[in-house]
Amino acid sequence: MIVTRREAWTGQLLLVLLMAVTVIPFVSLFVTALHPSGTYPPGLDWPTHPRWSNFADAFRAAHMDELLISSALIVLGVVPVSLLIGTMAGFAIGHLRMAGRRLVFLAFVLGLTLPFEGIITPLYYQIRDMGLLNTRWAIILPLIGLFMPFSVFWMRAHFINMPEELSEGARIDGANVWQLFWRIHVPLAMPALSSLAILLFLWTWNQFLLAIVLVDDPAKRTMAGALGAFQGQWGTDIPLLCAGSLLILAPTLVIFLIFQRRFVSALLQGSLKG
Amino acid sequence: MARPTLDTAADPATARLALTTVRPPRRFARRGRRRGGRWTGWLFAAPALAAYAIFVLRPLFLTIEYSLYRWDGIGPSTWVGLDNYIKVFTDPDLFGTILNAFKLIVFFSAIPVLLGLAIAATIRRIATSRLALVARTVLFLPQVIPLVAAGITWSWLLASTGLINQLLSYVRLNGVTRAWLGDFATALPAVGMIGAWVLLGLCTLLLLAGMSKIDPALYEAARIDGAGPVREFFSITMPSLRQEIGVCITVTVVAALASFDIVYVSTQGGPGNTTMVPGLEIYYQAFSERQVGVASALAVVLMALVLACVLPIQWLAREEQR
Repeated sequence: MIVTRREAWTGQLLLVLLMAVTVIPFVSLFVTALHPSGTYPPGLDWPTHPRWSNFADAFRAAHMDELLISSALIVLGVVPVSLLIGTMAGFAIGHLRMAGRRLVFLAFVLGLTLPFEGIITPLYYQIRDMGLLNTRWAIILPLIGLFMPFSVFWMRAHFINMPEELSEGARIDGANVWQLFWRIHVPLAMPALSSLAILLFLWTWNQFLLAIVLVDDPAKRTMAGALGAFQGQWGTDIPLLCAGSLLILAPTLVIFLIFQRRFVSALLQGSLKG
Repeated sequence: MARPTLDTAADPATARLALTTVRPPRRFARRGRRRGGRWTGWLFAAPALAAYAIFVLRPLFLTIEYSLYRWDGIGPSTWVGLDNYIKVFTDPDLFGTILNAFKLIVFFSAIPVLLGLAIAATIRRIATSRLALVARTVLFLPQVIPLVAAGITWSWLLASTGLINQLLSYVRLNGVTRAWLGDFATALPAVGMIGAWVLLGLCTLLLLAGMSKIDPALYEAARIDGAGPVREFFSITMPSLRQEIGVCITVTVVAALASFDIVYVSTQGGPGNTTMVPGLEIYYQAFSERQVGVASALAVVLMALVLACVLPIQWLAREEQR
Protein backbone atom coordinates (compact mmCIF):
# COMPACT_ATOMS: atom_id res chain seq x y z
CA MET A 1 0.00 0.00 0.00
CA ILE A 2 1.26 3.46 -0.79
CA VAL A 3 1.58 5.35 2.47
CA THR A 4 3.23 8.72 2.59
CA ARG A 5 5.13 9.59 5.73
CA ARG A 6 2.93 12.59 6.44
CA GLU A 7 -0.19 10.43 6.37
CA ALA A 8 1.32 7.95 8.78
CA TRP A 9 2.26 10.78 11.14
CA THR A 10 -1.16 12.44 11.14
CA GLY A 11 -2.72 9.03 11.65
CA GLN A 12 -0.59 8.26 14.67
CA LEU A 13 -1.09 11.70 16.15
CA LEU A 14 -4.85 11.41 15.81
CA LEU A 15 -4.86 7.97 17.33
CA VAL A 16 -2.87 9.13 20.36
CA LEU A 17 -5.19 12.11 20.76
CA LEU A 18 -8.26 9.89 20.60
CA MET A 19 -6.83 7.50 23.17
CA ALA A 20 -6.02 10.44 25.44
CA VAL A 21 -9.62 11.68 25.23
CA THR A 22 -10.80 8.19 26.14
CA VAL A 23 -8.42 7.64 29.03
CA ILE A 24 -8.15 11.07 30.66
CA PRO A 25 -11.59 10.84 32.36
CA PHE A 26 -10.40 7.70 34.12
CA VAL A 27 -7.15 9.38 35.13
CA SER A 28 -9.04 12.34 36.54
CA LEU A 29 -11.26 9.92 38.48
CA PHE A 30 -8.18 8.18 39.85
CA VAL A 31 -6.21 11.21 41.03
CA THR A 32 -9.33 12.75 42.54
CA ALA A 33 -9.94 9.57 44.48
CA LEU A 34 -6.59 10.08 46.25
CA HIS A 35 -7.49 13.47 47.75
CA PRO A 36 -8.68 13.76 51.37
CA SER A 37 -12.35 12.89 51.49
CA GLY A 38 -14.78 15.79 51.69
CA THR A 39 -12.53 18.20 49.76
CA TYR A 40 -13.15 19.71 46.31
CA PRO A 41 -9.87 19.16 44.48
CA PRO A 42 -9.22 20.49 40.97
CA GLY A 43 -9.86 18.06 38.11
CA LEU A 44 -6.36 16.82 37.43
CA ASP A 45 -4.10 17.27 40.40
CA TRP A 46 -1.74 14.78 42.03
CA PRO A 47 -2.18 15.26 45.80
CA THR A 48 0.87 15.87 47.98
CA HIS A 49 -0.18 13.07 50.31
CA PRO A 50 -2.13 10.49 48.32
CA ARG A 51 -4.83 8.92 50.49
CA TRP A 52 -4.84 5.30 49.41
CA SER A 53 -7.10 4.54 52.36
CA ASN A 54 -9.98 6.17 50.44
CA PHE A 55 -10.29 2.98 48.45
CA ALA A 56 -10.64 0.93 51.62
CA ASP A 57 -13.23 3.39 52.96
CA ALA A 58 -15.18 3.24 49.70
CA PHE A 59 -14.96 -0.55 49.71
CA ARG A 60 -16.64 -0.62 53.11
CA ALA A 61 -19.11 2.17 52.34
CA ALA A 62 -20.26 0.51 49.13
CA HIS A 63 -20.31 -2.99 50.68
CA MET A 64 -18.27 -4.13 47.72
CA ASP A 65 -18.03 -7.74 48.88
CA GLU A 66 -21.83 -8.09 48.99
CA LEU A 67 -22.14 -6.32 45.64
CA LEU A 68 -19.69 -8.60 43.91
CA ILE A 69 -21.55 -11.67 45.15
CA SER A 70 -24.92 -10.19 44.21
CA SER A 71 -23.82 -9.29 40.69
CA ALA A 72 -22.18 -12.67 40.25
CA LEU A 73 -25.38 -14.44 41.34
CA ILE A 74 -27.43 -12.39 38.88
CA VAL A 75 -25.01 -13.11 36.05
CA LEU A 76 -25.08 -16.82 36.93
CA GLY A 77 -28.86 -16.74 36.87
CA VAL A 78 -29.13 -14.93 33.55
CA VAL A 79 -26.29 -15.97 31.27
CA PRO A 80 -26.32 -19.82 31.25
CA VAL A 81 -30.10 -20.04 30.87
CA SER A 82 -30.19 -17.37 28.17
CA LEU A 83 -27.41 -19.11 26.28
CA LEU A 84 -29.15 -22.48 26.44
CA ILE A 85 -32.66 -21.48 25.48
CA GLY A 86 -31.48 -18.85 22.98
CA THR A 87 -29.28 -21.44 21.26
CA MET A 88 -32.11 -23.98 21.20
CA ALA A 89 -34.43 -21.48 19.55
CA GLY A 90 -31.74 -20.36 17.12
CA PHE A 91 -31.17 -24.01 16.24
CA ALA A 92 -34.89 -24.58 15.70
CA ILE A 93 -35.24 -21.56 13.43
CA GLY A 94 -31.89 -21.70 11.65
CA HIS A 95 -31.30 -25.42 11.29
CA LEU A 96 -34.45 -27.46 11.94
CA ARG A 97 -36.38 -24.87 9.95
CA MET A 98 -39.58 -25.52 11.80
CA ALA A 99 -42.98 -24.63 10.39
CA GLY A 100 -43.86 -20.99 10.97
CA ARG A 101 -40.23 -20.06 11.64
CA ARG A 102 -40.47 -16.82 9.68
CA LEU A 103 -43.20 -15.50 11.93
CA VAL A 104 -41.38 -16.56 15.10
CA PHE A 105 -38.17 -14.99 13.87
CA LEU A 106 -39.94 -11.76 12.95
CA ALA A 107 -41.44 -11.60 16.45
CA PHE A 108 -37.95 -11.84 17.95
CA VAL A 109 -36.38 -9.37 15.50
CA LEU A 110 -38.93 -6.70 16.36
CA GLY A 111 -37.72 -6.91 19.94
CA LEU A 112 -34.09 -6.19 18.97
CA THR A 113 -34.25 -2.43 19.37
CA LEU A 114 -36.94 -2.33 22.06
CA PRO A 115 -36.09 0.29 24.70
CA PHE A 116 -36.42 -1.29 28.15
CA GLU A 117 -38.21 1.84 29.40
CA GLY A 118 -41.07 0.94 27.06
CA ILE A 119 -42.16 -2.03 29.14
CA ILE A 120 -40.79 -1.19 32.58
CA THR A 121 -44.11 0.02 34.04
CA PRO A 122 -46.18 -3.16 33.45
CA LEU A 123 -43.12 -5.23 34.26
CA TYR A 124 -43.06 -3.65 37.72
CA TYR A 125 -46.68 -4.63 38.41
CA GLN A 126 -46.14 -8.09 36.93
CA ILE A 127 -43.10 -8.74 39.11
CA ARG A 128 -44.99 -7.39 42.13
CA ASP A 129 -47.89 -9.74 41.46
CA MET A 130 -45.45 -12.63 41.16
CA GLY A 131 -44.17 -11.66 44.61
CA LEU A 132 -40.63 -11.23 43.32
CA LEU A 133 -40.11 -7.52 43.99
CA ASN A 134 -36.85 -6.83 45.87
CA THR A 135 -35.40 -10.24 45.06
CA ARG A 136 -32.67 -11.00 42.54
CA TRP A 137 -35.24 -12.94 40.50
CA ALA A 138 -36.82 -9.58 39.68
CA ILE A 139 -33.72 -8.78 37.63
CA ILE A 140 -32.87 -12.29 36.44
CA LEU A 141 -36.18 -13.42 34.93
CA PRO A 142 -37.02 -10.27 32.91
CA LEU A 143 -33.45 -10.03 31.64
CA ILE A 144 -33.65 -13.57 30.24
CA GLY A 145 -36.76 -12.57 28.31
CA LEU A 146 -35.26 -9.26 27.20
CA PHE A 147 -32.08 -10.94 25.94
CA MET A 148 -33.98 -13.47 23.83
CA PRO A 149 -34.28 -11.34 20.66
CA PHE A 150 -30.55 -10.81 20.42
CA SER A 151 -29.58 -14.33 21.51
CA VAL A 152 -31.94 -16.00 19.05
CA PHE A 153 -30.92 -13.63 16.28
CA TRP A 154 -27.23 -14.27 16.94
CA MET A 155 -27.46 -18.05 17.16
CA ARG A 156 -29.75 -18.33 14.14
CA ALA A 157 -27.14 -16.44 12.12
CA HIS A 158 -24.67 -19.13 13.15
CA PHE A 159 -26.88 -22.15 12.53
CA ILE A 160 -28.14 -20.96 9.17
CA ASN A 161 -24.62 -21.35 7.80
CA MET A 162 -24.11 -24.89 9.12
CA PRO A 163 -24.10 -27.49 6.33
CA GLU A 164 -27.03 -29.88 6.24
CA GLU A 165 -24.73 -32.89 5.66
CA LEU A 166 -23.56 -32.63 9.25
CA SER A 167 -26.98 -33.60 10.53
CA GLU A 168 -27.50 -36.16 7.80
CA GLY A 169 -24.53 -38.17 8.99
CA ALA A 170 -25.58 -38.09 12.63
CA ARG A 171 -29.12 -39.05 11.73
CA ILE A 172 -27.99 -42.07 9.77
CA ASP A 173 -26.02 -43.08 12.86
CA GLY A 174 -29.29 -43.01 14.74
CA ALA A 175 -29.00 -39.80 16.72
CA ASN A 176 -32.24 -38.16 17.81
CA VAL A 177 -32.77 -34.43 17.52
CA TRP A 178 -31.56 -33.63 21.04
CA GLN A 179 -28.35 -35.65 20.60
CA LEU A 180 -27.85 -33.97 17.25
CA PHE A 181 -28.15 -30.61 18.95
CA TRP A 182 -26.17 -31.29 22.09
CA ARG A 183 -23.41 -33.59 20.78
CA ILE A 184 -22.79 -32.10 17.36
CA HIS A 185 -24.11 -28.61 16.92
CA VAL A 186 -23.42 -27.07 20.33
CA PRO A 187 -19.70 -28.00 20.32
CA LEU A 188 -19.38 -26.57 16.81
CA ALA A 189 -21.14 -23.38 17.90
CA MET A 190 -18.60 -22.60 20.64
CA PRO A 191 -17.06 -19.51 19.01
CA ALA A 192 -20.48 -17.94 18.47
CA LEU A 193 -21.58 -19.02 21.95
CA SER A 194 -18.58 -17.58 23.75
CA SER A 195 -18.98 -14.20 22.04
CA LEU A 196 -22.64 -14.21 23.00
CA ALA A 197 -21.74 -15.14 26.56
CA ILE A 198 -19.40 -12.15 26.81
CA LEU A 199 -22.02 -9.75 25.52
CA LEU A 200 -24.72 -11.10 27.84
CA PHE A 201 -22.37 -10.93 30.82
CA LEU A 202 -21.58 -7.31 30.06
CA TRP A 203 -25.20 -6.29 29.54
CA THR A 204 -26.29 -8.02 32.75
CA TRP A 205 -23.49 -6.59 34.86
CA ASN A 206 -24.17 -3.07 33.56
CA GLN A 207 -27.95 -3.27 33.76
CA PHE A 208 -29.25 -0.19 35.54
CA LEU A 209 -32.94 0.46 34.85
CA LEU A 210 -34.30 -2.91 36.00
CA ALA A 211 -32.12 -2.76 39.09
CA ILE A 212 -33.30 0.63 40.32
CA VAL A 213 -36.98 0.03 39.51
CA LEU A 214 -37.44 -3.54 40.70
CA VAL A 215 -34.99 -3.86 43.59
CA ASP A 216 -34.80 -1.36 46.46
CA ASP A 217 -31.95 -2.94 48.38
CA PRO A 218 -28.65 -2.02 46.68
CA ALA A 219 -27.08 -5.19 48.07
CA LYS A 220 -29.37 -7.26 45.82
CA ARG A 221 -28.72 -5.23 42.67
CA THR A 222 -26.27 -5.39 39.81
CA MET A 223 -23.04 -3.42 40.04
CA ALA A 224 -24.39 -0.59 37.91
CA GLY A 225 -27.57 -0.34 39.98
CA ALA A 226 -25.57 -0.25 43.18
CA LEU A 227 -23.39 2.50 41.77
CA GLY A 228 -26.53 4.61 41.31
CA ALA A 229 -27.39 4.15 44.99
CA PHE A 230 -23.80 4.86 46.02
CA GLN A 231 -23.92 8.15 44.14
CA GLY A 232 -27.17 9.08 45.85
CA GLN A 233 -25.63 8.43 49.25
CA TRP A 234 -22.11 9.81 48.83
CA GLY A 235 -22.65 12.22 45.92
CA THR A 236 -21.34 15.23 47.86
CA ASP A 237 -18.09 13.60 48.92
CA ILE A 238 -16.26 13.78 45.59
CA PRO A 239 -13.05 11.85 46.43
CA LEU A 240 -15.00 9.03 48.06
CA LEU A 241 -17.45 8.92 45.13
CA CYS A 242 -14.55 8.70 42.68
CA ALA A 243 -12.90 5.92 44.69
CA GLY A 244 -16.19 4.00 44.89
CA SER A 245 -16.86 4.41 41.16
CA LEU A 246 -13.40 3.10 40.34
CA LEU A 247 -13.89 0.09 42.61
CA ILE A 248 -17.24 -0.68 41.02
CA LEU A 249 -15.65 -0.34 37.57
CA ALA A 250 -12.66 -2.48 38.45
CA PRO A 251 -14.16 -5.99 38.00
CA THR A 252 -15.38 -5.32 34.45
CA LEU A 253 -12.15 -3.59 33.56
CA VAL A 254 -10.09 -6.52 34.81
CA ILE A 255 -12.22 -9.06 32.97
CA PHE A 256 -12.13 -6.89 29.86
CA LEU A 257 -8.35 -6.60 29.90
CA ILE A 258 -7.93 -10.36 30.36
CA PHE A 259 -10.31 -11.29 27.54
CA GLN A 260 -9.80 -8.14 25.49
CA ARG A 261 -9.43 -9.85 22.13
CA ARG A 262 -12.66 -11.78 22.49
CA PHE A 263 -14.42 -8.72 23.89
CA VAL A 264 -13.42 -6.47 21.03
CA SER A 265 -14.44 -8.93 18.35
CA ALA A 266 -17.65 -9.81 20.19
CA LEU A 267 -18.61 -6.16 20.57
CA LEU A 268 -17.81 -5.38 16.94
CA GLN A 269 -19.77 -8.34 15.62
CA GLY A 270 -22.50 -7.76 18.16
CA SER A 271 -23.21 -4.26 16.98
CA LEU A 272 -22.89 -5.24 13.33
CA LYS A 273 -25.61 -7.79 13.78
CA GLY A 274 -27.77 -5.95 16.27
CA MET B 1 -19.26 -10.83 10.09
CA ALA B 2 -21.98 -12.25 7.96
CA ARG B 3 -25.09 -10.22 8.04
CA PRO B 4 -27.97 -12.66 7.70
CA THR B 5 -29.80 -11.38 4.68
CA LEU B 6 -32.30 -13.10 2.46
CA ASP B 7 -29.42 -14.13 0.21
CA THR B 8 -27.49 -16.06 2.84
CA ALA B 9 -30.71 -17.48 4.23
CA ALA B 10 -31.45 -18.92 0.81
CA ASP B 11 -28.09 -20.61 0.46
CA PRO B 12 -28.55 -23.81 2.51
CA ALA B 13 -32.02 -24.20 1.03
CA THR B 14 -30.65 -24.13 -2.51
CA ALA B 15 -27.91 -26.48 -1.49
CA ARG B 16 -30.43 -28.92 -0.13
CA LEU B 17 -32.52 -28.67 -3.27
CA ALA B 18 -29.45 -29.43 -5.37
CA LEU B 19 -28.64 -32.41 -3.16
CA THR B 20 -32.10 -33.90 -3.37
CA THR B 21 -32.09 -33.72 -7.12
CA VAL B 22 -28.64 -35.20 -7.45
CA ARG B 23 -29.08 -37.99 -4.94
CA PRO B 24 -32.62 -39.33 -5.10
CA PRO B 25 -32.10 -42.38 -2.80
CA ARG B 26 -31.77 -40.14 0.22
CA ARG B 27 -35.00 -38.40 -0.45
CA PHE B 28 -37.16 -40.45 1.91
CA ALA B 29 -34.93 -40.02 4.89
CA ARG B 30 -34.73 -36.33 4.22
CA ARG B 31 -38.43 -35.85 3.90
CA GLY B 32 -39.04 -37.82 7.07
CA ARG B 33 -36.53 -35.71 8.92
CA ARG B 34 -38.01 -32.55 7.66
CA ARG B 35 -41.45 -33.46 8.85
CA GLY B 36 -40.01 -34.41 12.24
CA GLY B 37 -37.93 -31.23 12.38
CA ARG B 38 -40.86 -29.06 11.51
CA TRP B 39 -42.61 -29.87 14.76
CA THR B 40 -39.81 -30.83 17.16
CA GLY B 41 -38.45 -27.41 16.23
CA TRP B 42 -41.25 -25.89 18.24
CA LEU B 43 -40.14 -27.83 21.32
CA PHE B 44 -36.69 -26.32 20.95
CA ALA B 45 -38.04 -22.82 20.48
CA ALA B 46 -40.63 -23.11 23.25
CA PRO B 47 -38.50 -22.05 26.28
CA ALA B 48 -37.18 -18.96 24.51
CA LEU B 49 -40.64 -18.09 23.25
CA ALA B 50 -42.11 -18.52 26.72
CA ALA B 51 -39.50 -16.26 28.35
CA TYR B 52 -39.98 -13.68 25.60
CA ALA B 53 -43.77 -13.84 25.78
CA ILE B 54 -44.00 -13.56 29.58
CA PHE B 55 -41.39 -10.88 30.18
CA VAL B 56 -41.49 -8.86 26.96
CA LEU B 57 -44.62 -9.39 24.88
CA ARG B 58 -47.07 -9.44 27.79
CA PRO B 59 -45.71 -6.19 29.31
CA LEU B 60 -45.64 -4.75 25.80
CA PHE B 61 -49.36 -5.33 25.29
CA LEU B 62 -50.08 -4.20 28.85
CA THR B 63 -48.27 -0.92 28.14
CA ILE B 64 -50.64 -0.33 25.25
CA GLU B 65 -53.61 -1.25 27.46
CA TYR B 66 -52.49 0.95 30.40
CA SER B 67 -52.02 3.86 28.02
CA LEU B 68 -55.78 3.99 27.45
CA TYR B 69 -56.63 4.33 31.15
CA ARG B 70 -56.13 6.81 33.94
CA TRP B 71 -54.62 4.84 36.81
CA ASP B 72 -52.58 5.73 39.89
CA GLY B 73 -51.18 2.21 40.21
CA ILE B 74 -53.24 1.34 43.29
CA GLY B 75 -56.92 2.29 43.05
CA PRO B 76 -59.44 1.61 40.29
CA SER B 77 -58.67 2.74 36.75
CA THR B 78 -60.85 4.79 34.39
CA TRP B 79 -61.04 4.38 30.63
CA VAL B 80 -59.94 7.62 28.99
CA GLY B 81 -59.43 6.54 25.37
CA LEU B 82 -56.68 8.51 23.65
CA ASP B 83 -56.57 11.31 26.23
CA ASN B 84 -53.14 10.25 27.48
CA TYR B 85 -51.75 10.42 23.95
CA ILE B 86 -53.27 13.86 23.44
CA LYS B 87 -51.58 14.90 26.66
CA VAL B 88 -48.20 13.55 25.50
CA PHE B 89 -48.39 15.61 22.32
CA THR B 90 -49.84 18.82 23.81
CA ASP B 91 -48.28 19.10 27.26
CA PRO B 92 -45.10 21.11 26.61
CA ASP B 93 -43.23 19.28 29.40
CA LEU B 94 -44.02 15.83 28.00
CA PHE B 95 -43.58 16.73 24.35
CA GLY B 96 -40.39 18.56 25.29
CA THR B 97 -38.84 15.25 26.34
CA ILE B 98 -39.34 13.92 22.81
CA LEU B 99 -37.77 17.07 21.34
CA ASN B 100 -34.85 16.66 23.73
CA ALA B 101 -34.38 13.07 22.57
CA PHE B 102 -34.11 14.28 18.99
CA LYS B 103 -31.65 17.00 19.99
CA LEU B 104 -29.57 14.31 21.66
CA ILE B 105 -29.40 12.46 18.32
CA VAL B 106 -27.20 15.30 17.04
CA PHE B 107 -24.67 14.54 19.76
CA PHE B 108 -25.09 10.78 20.12
CA SER B 109 -25.20 10.04 16.36
CA ALA B 110 -23.91 12.88 14.21
CA ILE B 111 -20.74 13.58 16.19
CA PRO B 112 -19.58 9.96 16.65
CA VAL B 113 -20.42 8.93 13.08
CA LEU B 114 -18.92 11.96 11.31
CA LEU B 115 -15.90 12.22 13.58
CA GLY B 116 -15.54 8.43 13.50
CA LEU B 117 -15.51 8.49 9.70
CA ALA B 118 -12.87 11.20 9.61
CA ILE B 119 -10.69 9.46 12.19
CA ALA B 120 -11.06 6.00 10.66
CA ALA B 121 -10.17 7.36 7.20
CA THR B 122 -7.06 9.02 8.63
CA ILE B 123 -5.80 6.04 10.58
CA ARG B 124 -6.85 3.45 8.00
CA ARG B 125 -3.36 3.08 6.59
CA ILE B 126 -1.80 2.42 9.96
CA ALA B 127 -4.61 0.11 11.06
CA THR B 128 -2.26 -2.84 11.44
CA SER B 129 0.44 -1.03 13.41
CA ARG B 130 1.16 -1.80 17.06
CA LEU B 131 -0.26 1.51 18.15
CA ALA B 132 -3.54 0.74 16.41
CA LEU B 133 -3.81 -2.62 18.15
CA VAL B 134 -3.41 -0.95 21.53
CA ALA B 135 -5.96 1.65 20.45
CA ARG B 136 -8.49 -1.09 19.69
CA THR B 137 -8.51 -2.03 23.35
CA VAL B 138 -8.36 1.48 24.75
CA LEU B 139 -11.15 2.85 22.56
CA PHE B 140 -13.48 0.12 23.76
CA LEU B 141 -13.23 1.08 27.42
CA PRO B 142 -16.28 3.38 27.32
CA GLN B 143 -18.32 0.50 25.86
CA VAL B 144 -17.36 -1.88 28.64
CA ILE B 145 -18.04 0.26 31.69
CA PRO B 146 -21.62 0.84 32.86
CA LEU B 147 -23.20 3.98 31.39
CA VAL B 148 -23.86 5.03 34.98
CA ALA B 149 -20.12 5.11 35.60
CA ALA B 150 -19.58 7.19 32.47
CA GLY B 151 -22.25 9.57 33.76
CA ILE B 152 -20.66 9.90 37.21
CA THR B 153 -17.17 10.35 35.76
CA TRP B 154 -18.30 13.07 33.41
CA SER B 155 -20.43 14.83 36.03
CA TRP B 156 -17.18 15.29 37.87
CA LEU B 157 -15.21 16.39 34.78
CA LEU B 158 -17.91 18.91 33.88
CA ALA B 159 -18.39 20.22 37.44
CA SER B 160 -17.38 23.79 38.27
CA THR B 161 -14.01 22.67 39.71
CA GLY B 162 -13.65 19.81 37.21
CA LEU B 163 -11.08 19.10 34.55
CA ILE B 164 -12.92 20.79 31.66
CA ASN B 165 -12.99 24.13 33.46
CA GLN B 166 -9.41 23.62 34.61
CA LEU B 167 -8.34 23.18 30.98
CA LEU B 168 -10.37 26.20 29.87
CA SER B 169 -8.73 28.42 32.51
CA TYR B 170 -5.37 27.07 31.43
CA VAL B 171 -5.92 28.43 27.92
CA ARG B 172 -7.18 31.72 29.39
CA LEU B 173 -10.86 31.12 28.68
CA ASN B 174 -11.94 31.90 32.24
CA GLY B 175 -14.99 33.69 30.89
CA VAL B 176 -16.71 30.54 29.62
CA THR B 177 -16.13 28.29 32.63
CA ARG B 178 -19.31 27.22 34.38
CA ALA B 179 -21.04 24.23 35.94
CA TRP B 180 -21.81 22.76 32.54
CA LEU B 181 -24.49 20.33 33.68
CA GLY B 182 -26.21 22.89 35.90
CA ASP B 183 -26.56 25.66 33.32
CA PHE B 184 -29.84 25.94 31.40
CA ALA B 185 -28.04 26.72 28.15
CA THR B 186 -25.35 24.05 28.29
CA ALA B 187 -26.86 21.10 30.20
CA LEU B 188 -28.30 19.27 27.18
CA PRO B 189 -25.18 19.66 25.00
CA ALA B 190 -23.10 18.55 27.99
CA VAL B 191 -25.19 15.39 28.38
CA GLY B 192 -24.85 14.91 24.63
CA MET B 193 -21.07 15.11 24.87
CA ILE B 194 -21.07 12.31 27.43
CA GLY B 195 -22.97 10.14 24.96
CA ALA B 196 -20.63 11.16 22.16
CA TRP B 197 -17.65 10.12 24.28
CA VAL B 198 -19.22 6.71 24.96
CA LEU B 199 -20.08 6.03 21.32
CA LEU B 200 -17.15 7.58 19.44
CA GLY B 201 -14.75 4.67 20.00
CA LEU B 202 -17.31 2.06 18.95
CA CYS B 203 -18.19 3.94 15.74
CA THR B 204 -14.54 4.53 14.86
CA LEU B 205 -13.64 0.87 15.28
CA LEU B 206 -16.73 -0.36 13.40
CA LEU B 207 -15.97 1.95 10.48
CA LEU B 208 -12.29 1.01 10.58
CA ALA B 209 -13.22 -2.68 10.44
CA GLY B 210 -15.41 -1.93 7.42
CA MET B 211 -12.62 -0.01 5.71
CA SER B 212 -10.17 -2.85 6.19
CA LYS B 213 -12.46 -5.03 4.07
CA ILE B 214 -12.15 -2.72 1.07
CA ASP B 215 -9.85 -4.09 -1.63
CA PRO B 216 -6.50 -2.22 -1.33
CA ALA B 217 -6.13 -2.45 -5.11
CA LEU B 218 -8.87 0.17 -5.41
CA TYR B 219 -6.78 2.62 -3.41
CA GLU B 220 -3.62 1.77 -5.34
CA ALA B 221 -5.41 2.47 -8.58
CA ALA B 222 -6.76 5.75 -7.25
CA ARG B 223 -3.28 6.80 -6.12
CA ILE B 224 -1.81 6.02 -9.51
CA ASP B 225 -4.56 8.06 -11.12
CA GLY B 226 -3.47 10.93 -8.89
CA ALA B 227 -6.37 11.04 -6.42
CA GLY B 228 -5.71 12.77 -3.09
CA PRO B 229 -6.95 11.56 0.31
CA VAL B 230 -10.17 13.61 0.06
CA ARG B 231 -11.10 12.31 -3.38
CA GLU B 232 -10.23 8.80 -2.24
CA PHE B 233 -12.54 9.13 0.75
CA PHE B 234 -15.60 10.21 -1.23
CA SER B 235 -15.08 7.95 -4.26
CA ILE B 236 -13.97 4.71 -2.63
CA THR B 237 -14.35 4.68 1.15
CA MET B 238 -17.80 6.17 1.61
CA PRO B 239 -19.67 4.05 -0.97
CA SER B 240 -18.18 0.81 0.40
CA LEU B 241 -19.16 1.60 3.97
CA ARG B 242 -22.90 1.86 3.54
CA GLN B 243 -23.65 -1.09 5.77
CA GLU B 244 -21.27 -0.06 8.57
CA ILE B 245 -22.54 3.51 8.52
CA GLY B 246 -26.08 2.12 8.72
CA VAL B 247 -25.15 0.06 11.77
CA CYS B 248 -23.45 3.02 13.49
CA ILE B 249 -26.45 5.27 12.89
CA THR B 250 -28.88 2.61 14.13
CA VAL B 251 -26.97 1.89 17.32
CA THR B 252 -26.40 5.55 18.15
CA VAL B 253 -29.95 6.70 17.33
CA VAL B 254 -31.41 4.00 19.57
CA ALA B 255 -28.94 5.02 22.30
CA ALA B 256 -30.09 8.66 21.98
CA LEU B 257 -33.83 8.03 21.91
CA ALA B 258 -33.74 5.46 24.71
CA SER B 259 -31.17 7.28 26.87
CA PHE B 260 -31.75 6.89 30.58
CA ASP B 261 -28.70 5.91 32.62
CA ILE B 262 -26.49 8.88 31.72
CA VAL B 263 -29.22 11.47 32.27
CA TYR B 264 -30.36 9.82 35.50
CA VAL B 265 -26.97 10.12 37.15
CA SER B 266 -25.68 13.34 35.62
CA THR B 267 -28.65 15.76 35.69
CA GLN B 268 -31.83 13.89 36.72
CA GLY B 269 -33.51 15.79 33.88
CA GLY B 270 -32.62 19.24 35.21
CA PRO B 271 -32.00 22.08 35.45
CA GLY B 272 -35.69 22.73 34.97
CA ASN B 273 -36.69 20.23 32.34
CA THR B 274 -33.85 21.04 29.97
CA THR B 275 -32.39 17.53 29.88
CA MET B 276 -35.54 15.49 30.54
CA VAL B 277 -35.73 12.57 28.09
CA PRO B 278 -38.66 10.19 27.44
CA GLY B 279 -37.06 7.28 29.30
CA LEU B 280 -36.59 9.29 32.48
CA GLU B 281 -40.00 10.94 32.18
CA ILE B 282 -41.64 7.49 31.93
CA TYR B 283 -39.82 6.51 35.12
CA TYR B 284 -40.93 9.66 36.99
CA GLN B 285 -44.51 9.55 35.70
CA ALA B 286 -44.96 5.90 36.58
CA PHE B 287 -43.15 5.69 39.89
CA SER B 288 -43.17 9.23 41.39
CA GLU B 289 -46.20 10.99 39.90
CA ARG B 290 -48.22 7.75 39.84
CA GLN B 291 -49.59 8.61 36.38
CA VAL B 292 -49.32 5.10 34.98
CA GLY B 293 -51.54 5.92 31.97
CA VAL B 294 -49.48 8.92 30.90
CA ALA B 295 -46.23 7.01 31.45
CA SER B 296 -47.52 4.16 29.28
CA ALA B 297 -48.68 6.47 26.49
CA LEU B 298 -45.24 8.07 26.42
CA ALA B 299 -43.70 4.58 26.41
CA VAL B 300 -45.77 3.57 23.39
CA VAL B 301 -44.79 6.78 21.58
CA LEU B 302 -41.13 6.14 22.41
CA MET B 303 -41.22 2.57 21.11
CA ALA B 304 -42.99 3.70 17.94
CA LEU B 305 -40.39 6.45 17.43
CA VAL B 306 -37.53 3.99 17.78
CA LEU B 307 -39.05 1.70 15.15
CA ALA B 308 -39.90 4.65 12.91
CA CYS B 309 -36.24 5.73 13.00
CA VAL B 310 -34.59 2.31 12.84
CA LEU B 311 -36.58 0.63 10.06
CA PRO B 312 -35.86 3.27 7.34
CA ILE B 313 -32.16 3.31 8.28
CA GLN B 314 -31.97 -0.48 7.99
CA TRP B 315 -33.84 -0.39 4.71
CA LEU B 316 -31.54 2.27 3.25
CA ALA B 317 -28.39 0.52 4.43
CA ARG B 318 -29.50 -2.76 2.92
CA GLU B 319 -30.70 -1.37 -0.38
CA GLU B 320 -27.28 -1.32 -2.01
CA GLN B 321 -26.72 -5.05 -1.60
CA ARG B 322 -29.19 -5.89 -4.34
